[in-house]
Amino acid sequence: MIAELGHFALVLAFGVALIQSTAPFFGARRDDARLMATATPAALTQFLLVGLSFAALVHAYIVSDFSLLNVVENSHSSKPLLYKITGVWGNHEGSMLLWVLILALFGALVAAFGTNLPDRLKALVLAVQGWISAAFLLFILTTSNPFARIDPPPLEGQDLNPVLQDIGLAIHPPLLYLGYVGCSIAFAFAVAALIEGRIDAAWARWARPWTLAAWMFLTVGIAMGSYWAYYELGWGGFWFWDPVENASLMPWMAATALLHSAVVMEKRDALKIWTVLLAILAFSLSLVGTFLVRSGVLTSVHAFASDPTRGIFILAILCVFIGGALTLFAMRAGTLAPGGVFAPISREGALVLNNIFISAALATVVIGTLYPLALQALTGTVISVGAPFFNLTFVPLVAPLLFLVPFGPLLAWKRGDLKAATERLMLAFGLAIAGAIVAAALGGMTSALALFGVWLGVWLIAGALSELAARIRLGGVPLGDSLRRAAGLPRSAFGTTLAHAGVGVTVLGVVVATTWSSEAIRSMKPGDSVDLSGYTVTLDGYARSAEENFDETRVQFSVRQGGALVATMTPTKRTFAERQATTTEVALKTTAFSQLYISLGDIAADGTTTVRLYWKPLVTLIWLGAVIMALGGLLSLSDRRLRVGAPRPARPRTNAVPAE
Amino acid sequence: MTRRQRRLALIGTAGAVLVVAAGLVLYALSDRIVFFNSPSDVVANQVVPGSRIRLGGLVVTGSLVKSGDGQVRFAITDGKASIPVSYQGILPDLFREGQGVVAEGVLGEGNSFAADTVLAKHDERYMPPEVVKALKASGRWQETAGSTGEPTPGAASGAAQ
Repeated sequence: MIAELGHFALVLAFGVALIQSTAPFFGARRDDARLMATATPAALTQFLLVGLSFAALVHAYIVSDFSLLNVVENSHSSKPLLYKITGVWGNHEGSMLLWVLILALFGALVAAFGTNLPDRLKALVLAVQGWISAAFLLFILTTSNPFARIDPPPLEGQDLNPVLQDIGLAIHPPLLYLGYVGCSIAFAFAVAALIEGRIDAAWARWARPWTLAAWMFLTVGIAMGSYWAYYELGWGGFWFWDPVENASLMPWMAATALLHSAVVMEKRDALKIWTVLLAILAFSLSLVGTFLVRSGVLTSVHAFASDPTRGIFILAILCVFIGGALTLFAMRAGTLAPGGVFAPISREGALVLNNIFISAALATVVIGTLYPLALQALTGTVISVGAPFFNLTFVPLVAPLLFLVPFGPLLAWKRGDLKAATERLMLAFGLAIAGAIVAAALGGMTSALALFGVWLGVWLIAGALSELAARIRLGGVPLGDSLRRAAGLPRSAFGTTLAHAGVGVTVLGVVVATTWSSEAIRSMKPGDSVDLSGYTVTLDGYARSAEENFDETRVQFSVRQGGALVATMTPTKRTFAERQATTTEVALKTTAFSQLYISLGDIAADGTTTVRLYWKPLVTLIWLGAVIMALGGLLSLSDRRLRVGAPRPARPRTNAVPAE
Repeated sequence: MTRRQRRLALIGTAGAVLVVAAGLVLYALSDRIVFFNSPSDVVANQVVPGSRIRLGGLVVTGSLVKSGDGQVRFAITDGKASIPVSYQGILPDLFREGQGVVAEGVLGEGNSFAADTVLAKHDERYMPPEVVKALKASGRWQETAGSTGEPTPGAASGAAQ
């Protein structure tokens, strides 16, 4: 009964989405305030209905209602409650429902908090949201109904893929979807503005907070996925250039470019056409990602099923929305008036350069991801494009971009002083060289490229802090004055510093963990020891136990450093009876951002097991950097000038410190 | 600088970066990609020894031999031909004899294959499309099993399900 209610709510939501996509649209075209006013209640109702539907599915999973095919295929009555709930989106149907729920959530947020938007723009934005919702609700209802019944119902379910029975499933997909789907708001704003034929600095001010929020979620979502893959797959790698990973990286890069170009648009009324195009591209790439992951064209843990009708349906949605938006863009772009002029050496110039490099790097990711698919479709030749390709294309394009990052915020708008900016960065330059020398002394002169990488990481962090120091005139005026200046700075200034420093932290982590990691693979029996990077790791013994829905073999290792016991680590092997599957849970020991990592192979009858150990120096900085970036975004989002619904400040900013 | 010169500087920079990007991509596509081959392709001498490939098929039942220090040997078949594979490391948890696998590595002399990466399915209900393709090409694939991606018994020298 509850399942039927859920299904019914979903059908109703589709109906409401149809109203939301038409009534406000015609209202905006005919200037009919009553029709336009339908947008807000429609968006809120739609969210309520999709929410009800989602709750019904969660309920079916919690009570293990095996009369639902979806629950049978992906759940088991003995599964812990957390994984019963996360299992809702651990499959195709449920994850699409989560996707639409988040889409409806963003629509409802715009409806509820977009009170300062002009009526026509708000009506059009919600109408565009309604189109997207309607398309995906139709997709779920016709090809991926999570409420399909099975008759007769089996007594027990087939359980969730054991690889997915992890806390990561509770965090990674919802965050990533918040990011993916959040890009739809910027898209809706762009399409609405193109329909209106009016785009100005105010548009950027309204659209930017939503983009920033989506970008934050995407940043943390990708980082979380990377960390999950790192500890779950047992290879000690954090990024595999897998097409599914690239699918999330592409919208992230487009959103990053969009954030930066929207600043130019907001402050200087320039780059309008480009910003609107980026807003369309960011969501288009999210849709491409959804298509790649959900259509089954890729080999991956994310490819739950490969029903061809689903792939074709999503492809159709993709073509209609991307094609339609780009056609509209082509028709209207010429009518947008060009904005303020600026010298090549200026804040605007730096942001344009940022966009050029990000776009070029994004293009290499798009090609590397789609080319194998196109080649296979056209010629039947199967190739794989992996790390060697991206190391040669992506890295050389991103490295100069990262080198230039510290200069940007130090340049003034319209016309910047490169010499003054360079002088302010001399200290950062020196610190970065010192960092590279320290790395060479500690880790050895392994490669010049790695030392350059360390230099780049420190340069980014120190460069970001230099900019802040310059703004508060640290050292130039008494400390008290500097602190007062710091207190007067807008939060977005700290946001920029944090985000840029976060990039540096991630770069440092990637470079150090890749270059100076060490690895050992041994066949070990109880009592055997392995030496790795100053640690002596001894296999103590085994312990078996039966858990809620699996049997577990824990392998205990004691870790000694200079003879003294510093830790015991217990990687485990889990056997899930229902699917006859085994998973490995690695053991991690974190010391000052570095990790010791132990993974296991099969345990033989005589107690011998293959053990893989890694020492990964500074590896946690990779994800910590992403968290710092997102915190920077959060800080900017909390800035009064950016806050959704906040009125414009009564007096102009007085705290901007000129770079001269 | 006039407006025209500024615009030219902008277009010139964008063009230069794009040319560099295009050059890198073209070079990388000619040099840094890995082709997928089936054991039949290898036996038919379609692969130059010493080149890096992905080899896909089913693990031959009874071929798995583990020696000390993580050395593993097994054979990959597409039903027509089989290629011995050596690998140093830990096999994925879902690696099973008789099931689909993709190994990436270098083809040595005498059709021996030294893998440095072994990819198995993430889900026991799922089969890598490359493996499905290789099995279809060798006529060992039955469409009835296609939707679940499971090889039919007997298709792979008595695959144990």
